[in-house]
Order: sequence, then structure tokens, then C-alpha cells
Amino acid sequence: MPEGGKYRKERLDRGIKARSDTLYVLASWKDLCYLLLPRVVPLGLLFILPVVLHGSYWEKVLFYSCIFGLLSLSWDLMAAVGLVSLGQALFFGAGAYMAGALNHYLGWPIFLSIPAGTLGGAAFCTILLVLVVRLRGVYFSIVTLILPLLFAHLIETLEILEGTHGLLSLSPYPSGWLAIYLAIVGLVVVLFGFRKLLDEDFGMILRGIKDDDRVIMAAGVNVYWYKAQAIFLAGAVGSFAGALMTHYYQFVGRSVLALDYTILPLAAVVMGGTGSFAGAVLGSFILVPLSEALRAMGGLRMALYGLILISALAALPEGIFHYLERKYHQFERMVKI
Amino acid sequence: MESPALPGFQENALKAFAPQRAVREGQVEIIIYGVTNSVSLALMAIGFSLTFGISGLPNFAHGAFYLLGGILTWVFMNQLGLPYLVSALLSVLLIGALGFFLYWGLMLRLRGLAINEVIATLAVAIVIIEVLRWMGFSGFSYVLPPFVRGSLNIGGVWVDIQRLLLVGIGALLVVLLYLFTRRTRTGFSFRAIAQNERTAIAVGIDPDWTAALSLAMGSALAVVAGLTILPLGAIDTEMGYDILLYALAVGIIGGLESIPGAVLGSFILGFSQVLVATFLRAQWQTVVTLAAIVLILAVKPSGILGKYKELEERV
Repeated sequence: MPEGGKYRKERLDRGIKARSDTLYVLASWKDLCYLLLPRVVPLGLLFILPVVLHGSYWEKVLFYSCIFGLLSLSWDLMAAVGLVSLGQALFFGAGAYMAGALNHYLGWPIFLSIPAGTLGGAAFCTILLVLVVRLRGVYFSIVTLILPLLFAHLIETLEILEGTHGLLSLSPYPSGWLAIYLAIVGLVVVLFGFRKLLDEDFGMILRGIKDDDRVIMAAGVNVYWYKAQAIFLAGAVGSFAGALMTHYYQFVGRSVLALDYTILPLAAVVMGGTGSFAGAVLGSFILVPLSEALRAMGGLRMALYGLILISALAALPEGIFHYLERKYHQFERMVKI
Repeated sequence: MESPALPGFQENALKAFAPQRAVREGQVEIIIYGVTNSVSLALMAIGFSLTFGISGLPNFAHGAFYLLGGILTWVFMNQLGLPYLVSALLSVLLIGALGFFLYWGLMLRLRGLAINEVIATLAVAIVIIEVLRWMGFSGFSYVLPPFVRGSLNIGGVWVDIQRLLLVGIGALLVVLLYLFTRRTRTGFSFRAIAQNERTAIAVGIDPDWTAALSLAMGSALAVVAGLTILPLGAIDTEMGYDILLYALAVGIIGGLESIPGAVLGSFILGFSQVLVATFLRAQWQTVVTLAAIVLILAVKPSGILGKYKELEERV
């Protein structure tokens, strides 16, 4: 044993009167604030920001942050089932092209093309990925890495969906407010929805599949059916982001299937912290503005995301959100051993 | 983010050994270019398969190392004025060392979390490739010299001697690797770790040392492949992604863990690419490559030479 003078760090949970995962029994305003402030303050800020930033360049950045936040959430849900995707661009591109094509060829208005793009894109991705849902780990990742590239090449080679030109002059949003609040409300609903979902029985099965799918199989649960449902949900969120973005640009081209839409959400989740969903959103709201601020770096931005990924994995594998959460919920003090 | 010319995988790597340019008609051409194309693919994949087969480490930075090795050699020759042989050796050693330290510096922290390994090596690849792209190492001024200049006439078809050498080098490497894993102490320890890590540890083999060494060898092999294949065309940073893709395709078709599987996979893919380029259009090559990966994984996840153990890992 070490001699006197050595200390170790002791962590104690902050005491509030009673706490469980689903039920809070509150005794005081202090407890109430303690629990509510970390949820209400960011939400309030999020809803006020569009008004504050209205008309400025940063309004656009806020919109992008929400879009990438949605993509990160969709990645995080897949990861919660143990499906690690290296191709969020597939979801994004499916939604973007679906909404774009419906609007461009059939003239569907925005309030039809976005929901149709969301559901259609999700169905498309689910059908594709269900074929390979039995694959484990790296092999599933390889398929997801390749599918968006395959479709980008198919669009170019077959010259379908206007090939390399892309679909031009899609309908714009009737007002800028609609676009940004659609993105914000979508983000908030998905964030809290997913967090709630994972606490339900359904989520318990999903988490079980990640930890040990054979045990879940042995319990008589059809693992692939649950994986397919998770892929559909994640696909819907990713496609929703794509459909929103399409009408924002009023353009959709092969670039929606590019590596950017895979790497940035990935970097955001790894930096923010996997498994909590809040980490995914936090990561996007740090990374996207950062990358806009560093716009002058041009092509080097991709390298920057890579560096962030590496340093996040090596230095803070738990992620920023889990780190903050721990600091918030626990006292730390030095104890003499 | 507006949509700039986004980085992605393109056909550019194929320019390096572009069969489509020369392939018109004639079975001789199809056979010659099929073989050289297949051996090129095998060369690209062999390092990746070696590392993955031994340490289970999917080195997604394989293509980036291939590219970096080629560019380092170019820089040594054209900016430092070193002779070719010295530059080539130096880059093989440097990239080998890079692989070695990548293991000790980064991968060791993530060991066992297969997904973090993929993400980390992919991130390393992106950093290397994007920095090289930013520095502008692309285009016709960046050309490596072939080992031997000139071309030979085989059955009425002119073939660069470099292409023939490439086949020889590929065959030589496969034989050397076979001997290495079957005849040397280090090779035995490699195979031991691949077969059963716990037992290997019990008899005193250091798994980290072996894994680091395998990553170093895989990276060095990537550079050897680059030095052999790159002289057939100009260096293009896009290759960094493409080479990774080809290595994955070959490995998945044949079996990621085995060298014979890699050779078989590269011949299947190599010939189908050449046939597609001859009878359809060149753009279809990439589509065929990508579709092959997805189809094989969906239909027969173990790959063509798959064994039960491999199937268990994949499904």
C-alpha cells in the first residue's frame, strides 16, 4: 500500500430527495431547478436563436447544425442497436432524392414531398439494409460505407435523376421561419423521443441486442425484426434531414451522397458522446459552427474532422456530454488513502 | 455547407493501370490486361489482408499509406534529389514505421472495440488524404519512374514491361509471404495469434508486438504496391480512397483474412472489371466493384473461400 500523503479521487452522487429513471419525487425548488435547468435552458435558447439571428449568416449555420444534429441522432440510434454505420449519407441522400424527385417530376408541394421523402427514404434504406442486417461489426460498416458511393456512381452511370446535373429549381419554403422551426422542432422531438424510446421495453431490447444479440435470440426475440425497426426509425430521421435540406437548397445532386454527410455526423457523435443522443446534438452544435468559422480552410476541413475524430477517440472516449453529465451529477473530492 | 466538389470515390485509381484505354478487342488483350489488372488488385489488397488476418485490425488507412508512400518517393527524388532506389526504400521504411507507431500511439488505446478501430483508421486516412489533396499532389507532373522502361510485343499486343514486372512482383510477394509465415519464427507467431490469441499468449507471444508488426508490414506492403503500380499513370490523391475500396472488395469476395482468398478475389474482380470495360463502358467498372461487395455480403457473407470461423465473425 502507498504511504501517507497519497490521495485518490472519490466521486459521490449529488443528493436530491428521490430519483429514479422514470419518476422524480421533488421536495424543493432547488431540486426542481437542478433537474429542469439543463433541459429547459438549451431548449429555450434553441427556440429563441432563430429570432435573434434572423437575417444573418448564422441563421443558416443554425439550420445546418439542426440538419447535422438529426443525422447524428440517426447514427446514434443505429449504434444503440450495435449497427455501426459509415454511411449516414445513404439516409440523407435517399430522403433528399425522394423529396426532390417527387417535387421535380410530379410537382408535389412541400408539405407532401417532405413527409413522403421521409417515409419513402426510410423504406428504401430499410429494404436495402435488411438484406445485410445479419452482418456483424466491421462487415455491416463496410456495406454502409459502400452503398452511398454505389448509388452516386449509379446515378452518374445510368444518368437517372438527371445524372450529374441534379434536380434543379425545386420549390422553396414559403418562409424562412418555416424551414428553421421545422428543423428545430424536428430535432427536439427526435432527441427526446429517442431518449424516451430507449427507456421503454422496446429500447431495452435494442440495447440488449447491442450488448449480446445471442442472449436476446435465446430469449425468443426476433433480433432482425427489431434491427429492421431501428433502421427504419434511423432512416426516417436521416431522410427527414435530407428532405429538409433539399428544399432549403432547392437543388439535389450527387453531392448529397458524399462522404461529408457521413464523416461530420460521425465526428459529432464521437466528440459529443455516444449512446445518450444529447451528446450527438451537442457535438453537432459544436462542430458545425466551428467548421463554418473555419470556412477559409476550404478543403482542409475534412482533415480537421478527421483530426477531431482521432483526438476525441484517443483523449475523451466517453465524449463531452458524458463528461459534463458526470461533473454535474457528482461531487468529486480527494480522499486520503 | 454548400456542395463543393465533394471528395468521394472515383474511377481515378483505374487510370493508374487503365485497361480500358488499350482494351479494344481480342482475347489476347483481355487475358493480358485481365492478368495485370488482377495482380494489381492483389498487390493493393495483400497488405490489408495480412494485417486484418493476423491482428483483426481493419486498416482503413491502407489506401492513404499507398498514396503517401508514392508521394514521399516523388518528393525524395524531385525535391531532395535522392536516387530512386534510396527514395523508394526510405518511403517503404518510413511508412512501415508510421504503421508501427500508429499502433502504439493510437490503436492500442482502442483495441477490442472493432468499431472504434474502423473509425480511427478511417479518420487517419481522411487526414492524410485531405492534407495531401490540399497540398496539391495531383496531376501529370507527379509521376513515378517505372522500374524498366519500354514495352514488349506479346501476340500482337504491346505491353509495358512495367506491367509484366508487376505480375512478377505480385507472384514473388505471394511466395515470400507464404515462406515468411511458414518458415520464420515471426511468421509462426503471426499465425499463432491469428489462430488463437489466448493460447498464443500462453506460450509467450506478445500480441501487441505482433499486431504492431503486422500493421507495419501491411503498411510497407501498401507502399510496395504503390511503387509498382503508380508508374503506370500519374498520382492522384483520389486514389487514397479508391485503393481502400479495391482492397475491401478483393478481401470480401475472397475472404478478408486469407492471402489465397485475396488472390482469388483479385482475379475474379480483375477479370470482371476488364470484361466490363471491354463490352460495356469504363464507368461500369466502379459500379461492378461496389455492387460485388454488397452482393457477396448479402448473398454469401463468408466470401468465396469462406470457412465456418469466418462466417461466424461476419454474421
